[in-house]
Amino acid sequence: MDLDFSQTDTDFRSEVKDFIKTSYTSEMKAELKRSKNGSASKDLHIKWQKSLYEKGWIAPNWPVEYGGAGFTSAQNYIFETEMAHAGAPRTVPFGLSMVAPVIMEFGSEEQKKKYLPDILATNVWWCQGYSEPGAGSDLASLQCKAEDKGDHYLVNGTKIWTTMAQHADMIFCLVRTSKTDKPQAGISFLLIDMKTEGIDVRPLITLDQSPEPYQEVNQVFFEDVKVPKENLVGEENKGWTYAKYLLEFERGNTYSPSLYRGIEQLKSIGKETPIGGGLNLGDDADFLNKLNQCEIEVQALEFVELRIFSALSAGQRVGPESSILKCRGTELQQKIQELSVEAIGYWSSPFIYDTFANINEPSIGPDYAMTIAPSYFNGRKTTIYAGSNEIQRNIISKAVLGL
Amino acid sequence: MDFSFSEEQTLLRNTIQSFLQDNYDFDSRKAIIQSEDGMSKENWNQLAELGLLGVPFSESDGGLDFGPVETMIVAEEFGKGLVVEPYIQTVVTCGGFLRRASEDQRQEHLSKIISGEEIWAFAYAEPQGRFNLSDIRVNASNKDNGYLLNGHKCVVSGAPWAQKLIVSARTSGEQSDKDGISLFIVDKSSDGVSLRDYKTVDGSMASEISFENVLLSSNALIGEEGKAYPLIELVVDETIGAICAEAIGAMSVLNEATVEYCKTRKQFGQPIGKFQVLQHRMVDMFMQYEQSVSMTYMVNLKLDEDQLERKKAASGAKVQICNASKFIGQSAVQLHGGMGMTDELNVGHYFKRLAMIETQFGNADHHLKKYSSAS
Repeated sequence: MDLDFSQTDTDFRSEVKDFIKTSYTSEMKAELKRSKNGSASKDLHIKWQKSLYEKGWIAPNWPVEYGGAGFTSAQNYIFETEMAHAGAPRTVPFGLSMVAPVIMEFGSEEQKKKYLPDILATNVWWCQGYSEPGAGSDLASLQCKAEDKGDHYLVNGTKIWTTMAQHADMIFCLVRTSKTDKPQAGISFLLIDMKTEGIDVRPLITLDQSPEPYQEVNQVFFEDVKVPKENLVGEENKGWTYAKYLLEFERGNTYSPSLYRGIEQLKSIGKETPIGGGLNLGDDADFLNKLNQCEIEVQALEFVELRIFSALSAGQRVGPESSILKCRGTELQQKIQELSVEAIGYWSSPFIYDTFANINEPSIGPDYAMTIAPSYFNGRKTTIYAGSNEIQRNIISKAVLGL
Repeated sequence: MDFSFSEEQTLLRNTIQSFLQDNYDFDSRKAIIQSEDGMSKENWNQLAELGLLGVPFSESDGGLDFGPVETMIVAEEFGKGLVVEPYIQTVVTCGGFLRRASEDQRQEHLSKIISGEEIWAFAYAEPQGRFNLSDIRVNASNKDNGYLLNGHKCVVSGAPWAQKLIVSARTSGEQSDKDGISLFIVDKSSDGVSLRDYKTVDGSMASEISFENVLLSSNALIGEEGKAYPLIELVVDETIGAICAEAIGAMSVLNEATVEYCKTRKQFGQPIGKFQVLQHRMVDMFMQYEQSVSMTYMVNLKLDEDQLERKKAASGAKVQICNASKFIGQSAVQLHGGMGMTDELNVGHYFKRLAMIETQFGNADHHLKKYSSAS
């Protein structure tokens, strides 16, 4: 047991820093700084991901045989830490870290050949068709149906909270292929081309009020959509198993590197925010106690993550412990956002609809304050999405504690 | 970077586990703490035979030459068994000072600790100083090439069993100066040392100690006169590392016991573990435990880092351990209902030990402030 980094690791850290310096341009930084919900233009995301792809670093968690970066756990930690420290965009997860592991584990050879290289190169943008208006926490009650029509399925229904569906070329969908007593037993996993006739994407405006096309989520409607049979992953009616497998990847992320960045930002806000009497917020003991309590909890999560991920090799999933990461990661993210709103005081109030427009105009109040309140509002989603944190506690209770 | 235990470390853990299985079930422990001595000399000798009293000492001093990770393993297992014998006090804290003492002092004292012949206690706290390690009134003045020790040390853990004490005393400076503090080895049987021994709420023992014109020779001094404060901070941080490990041991027993109880206890026609409100409480207990384990590893892996980084690690870990100890201890009693209130069940005993761990070497508020000042 030790925390030592080898010389190779130290060299790797410089390599990552150099990469960020050349690839994460000041234009990208300026754009991302204006985001109320963490995402930027489609162009920015593609440009960033292509540069990671060319470097061979686009998929740190893929097995090397499929084009994964082949990082050791120490390198992965360094990579994540440096990326978060620089505030670099996160890779869009729907292709790379959600559908890809499912295709690798359950897809046919043809599907692997057809989809994985384009995911790796960000030639194809994916989105996730899980939730429905009537199927949220009770995901297995989903109703979007796919009827067997011989050489194709006919899909009818709707999916909701579909993140960045407005950019997507493909959607992976949970559909009902059979009505059974046990709802889980009639679900299948389909890959659908978003350009197919009968698909309609409508934006849903969330609390951060990001303007189109920067909206985060959408509702997707399917009306008599024909999907070729070869787009079924694995077996018909076995989709629930694949869906759960995917969810462990969705939840089993590292959260601490970006949480540390949030803490750093709060510290710098503390230095720049006057509180009267010639003092700054960073001099206020009550604020410092909250901030430091938060930092200690982030460190506790960091070491939970290190323990879990150092025991895994690339391509392995975390298992039900991923629910711990999801709960603590999202709860701490919200805590930091909450503290950030408190920190900027009155400057949380001014509302700017299109933060990306007039990028060179002076902001109302401090520059960094512009997106803090919208990000706080937007951040309430984190304990709701990917299975609400109450659902995560049900999972831990059942799968870890055996209750 | 590596978070796995070596084969040797696993062997060490197994050794302790089987020792505890054979000698330290709940009833044996009860008999020990109710005995006149309040600890078992027999167990202490066995710990010596197993080599455990020599864990952190160098081979040339007769020890096993292990590091903080091995101490962590011992302390964690002792936490699971609620061991009252003063291992941390003698081996980790006093041993921590003696490891850095002069060649002569090491030769004179370490073999007696390793063989189990002597138990040691660290007398540092004073009534007016609370958790402040530099607020010291106990005074050592120069006298005939030696020192004269006077003053009062409070709640000295393990002192009733000890033959020797290590005492922090002021040799110069004002009451809470960090400069001017010295450490002395004091034989408990010296003239002028008087103790009021008592039991503690968590089944251990402690003493109020007064020193009245206790004559010390110059070789009682550890290190340089007046310069002991950084060493005290270092050894206290190492002790915190071990206490955190003891705490996670106790937490793991409470969590397992609580889950088990909720699976069997029936109300409203079903096991109470089927109720979601209780399930979520147990999940939160489990998550607090996992985070505490992580912070315990963290601090014990960072004890060798530079001073500031080490202090931050110790205070951060102690904050987590204090908060989790409170939450898990209280929740375990709550979920056991009336049974959790009884002395006959082990749950309350773990709860009480964890409650005392919260205070030892500073509570959550104290360490959050220390963390802030190290940031």
